[in-house]
Amino acid sequence: MGRWCAVVGVGQTRHAAKRGDLSMVGLVREAAIAALEDCDLSWKDVEALVIGKAPDMFEGVMQPELYLADALGAVGKPMIRVHTAGSVGGSTALVAAHLVQSGQFSRVLTVAFEKQSESEATWAITPKIPFQPPLVAGAGGYFAPIIRSYIQRSKAPADVGLRVAVKDRKNAMRNPFAHLHLPDIDIETVANSPLLWDPLHYLECCPSSDGACAMVLADEQAARKTPKKPAWVLGTAMKSEPTMFPGRNQINPRAGRECAASVYRQAGVRNPREDIDCAEIYVPFSWYEPMWMENLGFAPENEGWKMTLEGATAFDGDMPINPSGGVLSSNPIGASGMLRFAEAAMQVSGRAGEHQVSGAKLALGHAYGGGSQFFSMWMVGSEKR
Amino acid sequence: MREVAVVSFAQARSVRRDILRNEVEILMPVVAEVVAASGLSRDRIGFTVSGSCDYLAGVPFSFVMALDGVGAWPPIEESHVEMDGAWAMAEAFTRLQHGDIDSALVFCFGKSSVGDLPDVLTLQLDPYLVAPLWPDSISVAALQARAMIDAGLTSEREMAEVAVRSRRDARQNPYAQLSGDFSVDALLAEPCISSPLRRHDCPPISDGAAAIVLAAGDVARGLCEKNGRTPAWIRGLDHRVDAQNLGVRDLTKCPSARIAAEKAGVSAAPIDVAEIYAPFTHQEILLRRELGLDSKTRINPSGGALAANPMMVAGLIRIGEAASRVHKGEARRALAHATAGPCLQQNLVCILEGE
Repeated sequence: MGRWCAVVGVGQTRHAAKRGDLSMVGLVREAAIAALEDCDLSWKDVEALVIGKAPDMFEGVMQPELYLADALGAVGKPMIRVHTAGSVGGSTALVAAHLVQSGQFSRVLTVAFEKQSESEATWAITPKIPFQPPLVAGAGGYFAPIIRSYIQRSKAPADVGLRVAVKDRKNAMRNPFAHLHLPDIDIETVANSPLLWDPLHYLECCPSSDGACAMVLADEQAARKTPKKPAWVLGTAMKSEPTMFPGRNQINPRAGRECAASVYRQAGVRNPREDIDCAEIYVPFSWYEPMWMENLGFAPENEGWKMTLEGATAFDGDMPINPSGGVLSSNPIGASGMLRFAEAAMQVSGRAGEHQVSGAKLALGHAYGGGSQFFSMWMVGSEKR
Repeated sequence: MREVAVVSFAQARSVRRDILRNEVEILMPVVAEVVAASGLSRDRIGFTVSGSCDYLAGVPFSFVMALDGVGAWPPIEESHVEMDGAWAMAEAFTRLQHGDIDSALVFCFGKSSVGDLPDVLTLQLDPYLVAPLWPDSISVAALQARAMIDAGLTSEREMAEVAVRSRRDARQNPYAQLSGDFSVDALLAEPCISSPLRRHDCPPISDGAAAIVLAAGDVARGLCEKNGRTPAWIRGLDHRVDAQNLGVRDLTKCPSARIAAEKAGVSAAPIDVAEIYAPFTHQEILLRRELGLDSKTRINPSGGALAANPMMVAGLIRIGEAASRVHKGEARRALAHATAGPCLQQNLVCILEGE
């Protein structure tokens, strides 16, 4: 794994449907400055930058990192731009961690963002390509059939998705940065919201957000000099599989299972449900919580929904999932993965505030993208292992 | 730092418009060729990383379909940069430093012919203040050429000489798009497109793809020995970025290229061959100075980007061309350079050496 790397500073924006008060530059700076202030460092301490976001068409700027370079203090420094679909926020953090672990740099700033209000994501995801049928169905249209097939296969009751939606939105009430604060949400309101893509109701889907997330990563020596407790990176992995391949299991993708197995092995996790204290996982549509419970090895196949129904994934459950409110409460797509990684780091360094899971020492950050074929994950801990 | 070498390189022939093949179809034979040439089997490749940019084709997630074409089953450790393949190689180099994997596949592709490239590149600029004025990439480069001429750093004649040399050298390069014998006076008699730039000062618009395989230490030695070539060891690799805003930069200078060259260790020993990614003639003149190259270094024997300029690919081609010279024993120490953004905003320098 190379040298030790730790998360020493975390910053994120207040997420909203439209941050009309900020340009793209303002948005990324809000997160980056917060991350630097979190660890008492300044722009000059940053040796290299890794920037991530989802497709350029979301804002209509080609390679926006070039335009953002000076706003992020990158002038005269190395800067790299990662794009791995929805998993990009996670992959971006991993590339940044590798720059530290490889011994190339001591302090790296990583930033991921999306200003979705400046374009229309469903349009940007589904343009018409010659000789392909235009399927202007958005991401929900792609994932709904997979969810239906999961329900049929696992015999999960119909209200599992509704419960995930309520749970994550209730968690978001503890998170001041979350886009959606819906204090009165309950099963009824979710069930009575419009059906968008059977079985997904409007309130079972992620919002479209403006937002950014930033982290300062440091090697061991630099981490010891920062004021707060570092979150140590204990395992990193990215795994990909093809979109179009009849042998794929789209409900329980092999790339996800192997990605999880890799980070568990690196972090010395034998029994994920017992060893891991909490997890921030990428759940853009409610039913992906039970599905990923199985993919991540927290539950046997076809039984992930039981964890949701039994309350195991609730804030006070034995395996709290998305205490921050998750993607269902804030979804600046390119940043959503990094938010999962950063929230996991906040948990193990004891700075998650109102949504702190008590005694969290080992946490999983998870992101996925494309047709659920790109995965990036990291394990972070309060101690080195 | 762990020793890492380029062990094989392959590229597609650059063409103005490949109407028969999509990006994936251009790429697939190149990947097959580079893997075969490395001597590694697919399942032994530890990490795969690609470079491309959706805006060229005007579709999101173009790297997704490329990955499907290249193959990712069983699942692979994989990443992507929305940049030239040279930066994908930088990511692979970092990954190889960990010690748990020994090899990496880097590939990139770009089909510039789908849109109007100079206008597409406008979308790289500040979206609120500059892009709405719609300056195209040639006009932006012309500002830099004009600044250099005004500062006495070059002349239209010297720029034409770069074009003549590039096209002449490209005659030996079967992958080049534009080659032949031209006279400086004849080129200077042509009208300007965007003063002071004439057609010969600008790169051709190209569709293309390229790939390399990297390997570490003894794995690289073993593979190269079997294939009868000298490993091209990466002895220095650095990249830097400048501010984009053209008003805050002195366009006659390129500080990011200068720092990258220093950090990569260019001056430590003589450079036999340099492959410089200079899309415009005046940029080669500027970069020779910023990279610290003298007249003893052979510049762009492939013809460079003035002979073939597939976007997101031309930078990795420079690395591959430089590595190939080392593979064949034609250069002991070679420099490869890549650029991105308007007026050489971002620059990468890689030093490759034989044993």
